[in-house]
Amino acid sequence: MNAGSASTPDAVEPSPVPAAKLGIWWFLASEVMVFGGALVSFILLRLVGPGWSEDLAHNSVALGSINTLILITSSFTIVEVLSAQKRGDEKKFRSFMGITIVLGLLFLVIKGVEYSAHFSEGLFPDKGLFWAFYFGLTGLHALHVLAGIVANASLLVVVSRPGGFARYSHRAEMNGLYWHFVDVVWIFLFPLLYLG
Amino acid sequence: MFAWLPENVSTYGGDIDAIFKLIYYVVGVWFVATQVFLVYCLIRFRRRSGNQRSKYLPGNTASQAAWVLIPCALVLVLDLWIDFRGADVWAKVKLSRPTPNLIVRVTGKQFNWIVTYPGPDGKFGTADDKKIDNDLHVPVNQVVRVLLTGEDVIHSFYLPHLRLKQDVVPGREIPAWFEATKTGKYEIPCAELCGFGHSGMKGFLYVHSEADFKAWVRTQWPSAG
Amino acid sequence: MIRWQLAYPETEIPLFGRPIGPDEYNAFVTMHGTIMVFFVAMPLLVAAMGNFLIPLMIGARDMAFPRLNMMSVWVLAVASLVLLASFFVEAGPAAAGWTGYPPLSARIEYTGVEYGLDLWILALALEFASFLMGGINFLVTPINLRTRGMSLFRLPLIVWMIMGASILFLLSVGPLIAGAVFLLLDRNLGTSFFLAEGGGDPLLWQHLFWFFGHPEVYVILLPAAGAMMEIISTFSRKTIFGYKSIIYAVMIAGVLSFLVWAHHQFISGLDPRLAMPFSITTILISVPFAFIIFSMLATMWGGSIWLTTPMWFAVGGLSVFIFGGVTGIFNGSAPVDIYIHDTYFVVAHFHSTLFSTVFLGGFAALYYWYPKMFGRMMNEFWGKVHFWGTYIFFLLVFVPMHLLGVGGMMRRIADPSKYEFVKELLPMNEFITVAAIGLLLIQAPFVFNFLGSMFVGKKASENPWDATTLEWTTPSPPPHGNWPGAIPAVHRPPYEYAVPGVSEEWLPQSRPEGAAS
Repeated sequence: MNAGSASTPDAVEPSPVPAAKLGIWWFLASEVMVFGGALVSFILLRLVGPGWSEDLAHNSVALGSINTLILITSSFTIVEVLSAQKRGDEKKFRSFMGITIVLGLLFLVIKGVEYSAHFSEGLFPDKGLFWAFYFGLTGLHALHVLAGIVANASLLVVVSRPGGFARYSHRAEMNGLYWHFVDVVWIFLFPLLYLG
Repeated sequence: MFAWLPENVSTYGGDIDAIFKLIYYVVGVWFVATQVFLVYCLIRFRRRSGNQRSKYLPGNTASQAAWVLIPCALVLVLDLWIDFRGADVWAKVKLSRPTPNLIVRVTGKQFNWIVTYPGPDGKFGTADDKKIDNDLHVPVNQVVRVLLTGEDVIHSFYLPHLRLKQDVVPGREIPAWFEATKTGKYEIPCAELCGFGHSGMKGFLYVHSEADFKAWVRTQWPSAG
Repeated sequence: MIRWQLAYPETEIPLFGRPIGPDEYNAFVTMHGTIMVFFVAMPLLVAAMGNFLIPLMIGARDMAFPRLNMMSVWVLAVASLVLLASFFVEAGPAAAGWTGYPPLSARIEYTGVEYGLDLWILALALEFASFLMGGINFLVTPINLRTRGMSLFRLPLIVWMIMGASILFLLSVGPLIAGAVFLLLDRNLGTSFFLAEGGGDPLLWQHLFWFFGHPEVYVILLPAAGAMMEIISTFSRKTIFGYKSIIYAVMIAGVLSFLVWAHHQFISGLDPRLAMPFSITTILISVPFAFIIFSMLATMWGGSIWLTTPMWFAVGGLSVFIFGGVTGIFNGSAPVDIYIHDTYFVVAHFHSTLFSTVFLGGFAALYYWYPKMFGRMMNEFWGKVHFWGTYIFFLLVFVPMHLLGVGGMMRRIADPSKYEFVKELLPMNEFITVAAIGLLLIQAPFVFNFLGSMFVGKKASENPWDATTLEWTTPSPPPHGNWPGAIPAVHRPPYEYAVPGVSEEWLPQSRPEGAAS
């Protein structure tokens, strides 16, 4: 916003940030508000409402911690993807992207195990406000993880085509930004829904 | 304009009307001034010939900007004045809790106002409670506290003649109060869309003289004498 | 355009006890609000103007993400279809007001509406997705694709306004999306986010909704205000008064708009101690807007005003906007709000502000850029007939409507004759209905003018209004890629009219510094 205050501009440089990156940042800004709104609602109702520690105890901190670890690891691997892209190392790019995708799927599988455990205990979203929030927030987050996996997988596919690496690999940066965001959301969800 | 207001019959209704009038005159002056200025510009600076040149006023010097900033400062001052005057009235209507002479509970339920009187013992939840659909009887010149609750959706308890309105939210008990200054029968519509029966959801407020109110109490709780 | 006309009959229904059932009435009110705000005002003002004008005004061949753009149009089309479909499902469309307050909206048995309300939420969600895509485009395009010399402070104001609207939208819609997800879960999975008996809180929705709701008003208002600024400057033949300050004023108003949401909830059961802070922020928002209005008036002062149809609409819009602005003070004052909340006073207020910008500002923009879009001029005589008819009938509809509100008449009631104190207002209601029908009929010359001028209108030159911004340097209508040759570079700020020491009356942005003689 302040770039234009220079008043000599007969040759304004276009913004140094590429359009796609700028777009993804704005997209993430609005996503932050989605989860922000939901989390603030949760925290406020938690503060005024009855304690939910009993409900909370049903959640397996172990599984939650494993999932946290998985996502953090996947954040590292996607950074590796990016550095491989910068070096032009096609093979590393593909293998680290593959690992990231597998880690994402693993996260969803563990989440599914947790869900089925809850269901077998009779804990459904309509069993009180905590479970409504729990399933609402983690469900929304899981959809984002899924979207991230799809995005990563499709990038992997186009990059693996002949000539694809040169044309498309720079998109890894957008995928990386999004994947980090999904990660960060979980970092907020985990303490609130498992430890709190 | 003010002739359109329904007759005010509560102790604080006049205060609300006074703020209303204050705002009306303040913004009325602004409104007329800006519209006159607009029309004046249209007439005075209308292009009459093809080569009429306008002035060059980018508004970037202090003396030019003052023409806009001073009116803006005035707007700010008037805004704050209106708000601080309003704050007192708001505090009186919504924040203060005068000691009531009568407490009733009003429950909003699609599509009725259920009025609960605590009965002679003054306590809710006892045998002499009395529920009446849509009729609220109160004595004149006495403070009445209304505890508003809802059973299903959001309603809004609205007494146009007493300048009182308060949403009724399920899961909460919201206190409101009023003191009527004139006997009569007034309507209590619901002012928040509450479903297909919203239009037509209404009750009546009966403001009785003190003697009449006592008589009414006797008919309701004859044993309590 | 068709939808616009379709939507009009709905505005009459609230004013008159027509022989429609109360449940249908609720549905009509709900759909009128939803369609007008989300499916007329936003696509028309933000999307249409943004897509057409931004590339032309900043000197770009296309938007930054053309494919994303197409997607946003298609998603919007699907959203409209979903909303229309909701009219035909069993038990009818949504009927919980355009604000969709739960618990009313959260359980089927409260409204009797079944899938209609789910479809309503779905349509809104799709619409939001569409505008997220559009909004990102409207932001990135002006930031990244400006032509040589087009610094940010040389952008025409309308581009600034569309950017501002996009930022407000992107940052405010999130919590509502979360709220919509919760509401869908409440309806379909039996959760109780908004239901007290399950531990939830009905007020939560109101917070989430109005956090979005007030910025949303500016999302609609800013682009139209921007169009009015362009037009007033061009036809006053004067530079905008306080160009940069207007941008700052809009930023202040934008920030404040995130801090006022609870003014919709003064009497909602919110802690009453919160009312005064919100009342103050609300009333303070009038200061930046007063600044913008005064700047517009100062722009006209000393001008050489050329009274074309777009100028009439812009000035008329400004005049009505002032009216809507001052009535807002009544609502912003918490104690007065106790009385007029949810009455027709509020309805009349927001129609005054939104009608003035959406319709009068929108018409001004259409008449102004029509030659650029279609290469022909619209008829001036019928344009002026249309303006005066619209302006006068508008006042006849909405000025008396304030009086209804003062009389205490509640909004969203299907049958006013059921209340004694409202019954007295019935003649006024009838008068307003007649005026509203007049307002509808007077749109006929516009429709004919709009369609007819495409074929028989006078051929438009590149720059029929002698305006300075870049879109007027390319043939009308612009060819594919917007300029037939190279994109012009920019050498000066917009709105260089009657510059002292220059013999030309106006200097286009693309004119190089020394070339003016």
